[in-house]
Amino acid sequence: MISENQIENYPGTNRTDPLVEDYPITLLKPSKGWTSLKLGELWEYRELLYFLIWRDVKVQYKQTILGAMWAILQPFMTMIVFSLFFGKLAKVPSDGIPYPIFSYTALVPWTFFSTRLTQASNSLVSGSNLIKKIYFPRLAMPTASVLAGLVDFVLAFVVLLGMMVFYGIYPTWNVLWLPFLLLLAIATGLGASLWLSAMNVQFRDIRYTVPFITQFWMFATPIAYPSSLIENPILRAMYAINPMVGVVDGFRWALLGTDTAPGVLIIVSTLSATVLLVTGAFYFRRMEKTFADVV
Amino acid sequence: MSDIAVQANNIGKMYHIGNVITKSATLRDKIADGFVAPFRRAHKLLKGEATGAAELDQTIWALKDISFDIKHGEIVGIIGVNGAGKSTLLKILSRITEPTEGFAEIRGRVSSLLEVGTGFHKELTGRENVYLNGAILGMRKSEIDRKFDEIVAFSEVQKFIDTPIKHYSSGMTVRLAFAVAAHLEPEILIIDEVLAVGDIRFQKKCINKMQDVGKAGRTVIFVSHNMSAITRLCERAILLDSGMIVDDGPANNVVTHYLNSGEGTSALREWPDVNRAPGDHVTKLRSVRVRDINNEISDTIDIRHPVKMEMEYDVFEDGHILLPHFRLHDHEGIQLFTAIDVDPKWRERIRPPGRYVSSAWIPGNLLNDGLTFVGAAMLTLQTRTPHFVEPEVVAFHVADTDDTNSARGDWVGGMGGVMRPMLEWDTEYIPFVPEAASSPTSVTRPA
Repeated sequence: MISENQIENYPGTNRTDPLVEDYPITLLKPSKGWTSLKLGELWEYRELLYFLIWRDVKVQYKQTILGAMWAILQPFMTMIVFSLFFGKLAKVPSDGIPYPIFSYTALVPWTFFSTRLTQASNSLVSGSNLIKKIYFPRLAMPTASVLAGLVDFVLAFVVLLGMMVFYGIYPTWNVLWLPFLLLLAIATGLGASLWLSAMNVQFRDIRYTVPFITQFWMFATPIAYPSSLIENPILRAMYAINPMVGVVDGFRWALLGTDTAPGVLIIVSTLSATVLLVTGAFYFRRMEKTFADVV
Repeated sequence: MSDIAVQANNIGKMYHIGNVITKSATLRDKIADGFVAPFRRAHKLLKGEATGAAELDQTIWALKDISFDIKHGEIVGIIGVNGAGKSTLLKILSRITEPTEGFAEIRGRVSSLLEVGTGFHKELTGRENVYLNGAILGMRKSEIDRKFDEIVAFSEVQKFIDTPIKHYSSGMTVRLAFAVAAHLEPEILIIDEVLAVGDIRFQKKCINKMQDVGKAGRTVIFVSHNMSAITRLCERAILLDSGMIVDDGPANNVVTHYLNSGEGTSALREWPDVNRAPGDHVTKLRSVRVRDINNEISDTIDIRHPVKMEMEYDVFEDGHILLPHFRLHDHEGIQLFTAIDVDPKWRERIRPPGRYVSSAWIPGNLLNDGLTFVGAAMLTLQTRTPHFVEPEVVAFHVADTDDTNSARGDWVGGMGGVMRPMLEWDTEYIPFVPEAASSPTSVTRPA
């Protein structure tokens, strides 16, 4: 064992700079192909992640008149339009639930997902000045961008609770699954954002593609219509490869008590969301080294 | 070795640069091209001839075979002309981009400051930006909490700390940003040309702060075009040219080497391409020269001889009473003086469009020996609008002489001070009256 004295006399250390031996060593070298995710490093930068989220939240509705009202207005107005055209005119079935709350329950997670996908897929490009000037784990940017949407989500969710009271719908114990379903929505949003944001650095075409992607994705998700329209169980399971199917169906099941027990859907959706997230993260890390040069 | 902070081993960085885009002649061609281009690009991507937006046809080595060791506590300046690879090197050392070949080993936490105010958001208040910027630069929240008052005091924007920075003047923003950066406490600090902002007084404050950082035993790697800042702050400098290390050694020697090589001599700076010349739509600086007594461009001037400073500029817009002026600094960054054009032929006269050469003579026996930097600037007299301000564009050595007809006379030792004027001396001699000479206490002082 080394005594205190010995440490002081150890070459390279001295009283004014006792930590020389403890300095972390960083090796900078060209990386090849697929690399590790370095999630530990992301954890080290958690304070930066927090500040990036905080910035996005603070800045989001600056210089708007309605401010955070937008967080509520977006899903709420969509709900009104859907209720008029799909509910009243097209008489789309809604599993016996009043159509407005039926669609709004789906729109709360969906709006979170789609606005975050739009924001986060552009996060690297809009934050290019940061990427070119400072090092931090680049994963922090789309991650912060996605997580910043949680504030909006909570606001819209409060309105949802109000509507449930209004319609006299009370949740069952299934509501305990909600955090997991939210996590599933985050994973889906983040997974897709990682793919799109990394691609957007090289191909700005992505920016013009994202509106189409979210539009197609919305029709592929049971928002304006119930998933029960698809009766064939195999088709239903395939349908749930879109992870938002599990999220939206899960939300309805947990909050409104629709009897389409979405067990299979959620399992399939969880698997596909995991695949999306993991592949997205690896693709992102692989492309990461070129960001500062290309963006 | 534990006392090495940064070790670079044959670092190289290659960039892909796209082909020069052939311009489409007509709108019809342009539209047609727009439709065909994606297929061409897709074809190239599939064949592996391109990655993303950049085509692989042309590459450039921004850095090649860069090797050096930097010890803990060293302050190292990196100099070189634009495009020499300085910024690329800093980007690699601060992990923003990867080297294409070679590797570097860094011992200690690194903070890099490649830009003042990275991540500042104009909608956020000064206070919020201090926290955001601090976090981006790698400070912990607790650390920012602790230093907050100090940072605000340093920035001199106390009154506006809760105002969104979009209402700040650019000077205030820069001061706040630098205040945050100045309070970083990493083991290794990497700085790119950030002292070139802010007013002179604040720049001085920053240089002093950086000297403190150096004294505290931290390692600083510092890029600048400001040669006096380099010689003042750094004991060692590395000179890059076309991506290679040309010189590495004591800062004074390397700076001299740079000024003597560079693009032409240090006594001449030219901007042959008018688009890249400093200036605006009113007037642009085309060249600055230093001439000796024989009217030859020269970077070494005998201390006894006058020096001619010349600036050549184009005036494009009529109607301005222009005020060309030179600013002189010594190698420690101390401003010697400002010389404003007082040519009686052009005083208070509008300068019509055309090319001008304004020159001024500095008399001999005025400057002290050593490196003198000349900056050229131009403003409109009435509105005080600056058109170009190019600090320290050229430099010349004032060479001392042993000749006794200089300001040193018969003295052969050192001469302090920023100036060494040859003054007119006069001596009055009053001989002692004979009886006073025997009693020294009653000497009458000369009036």
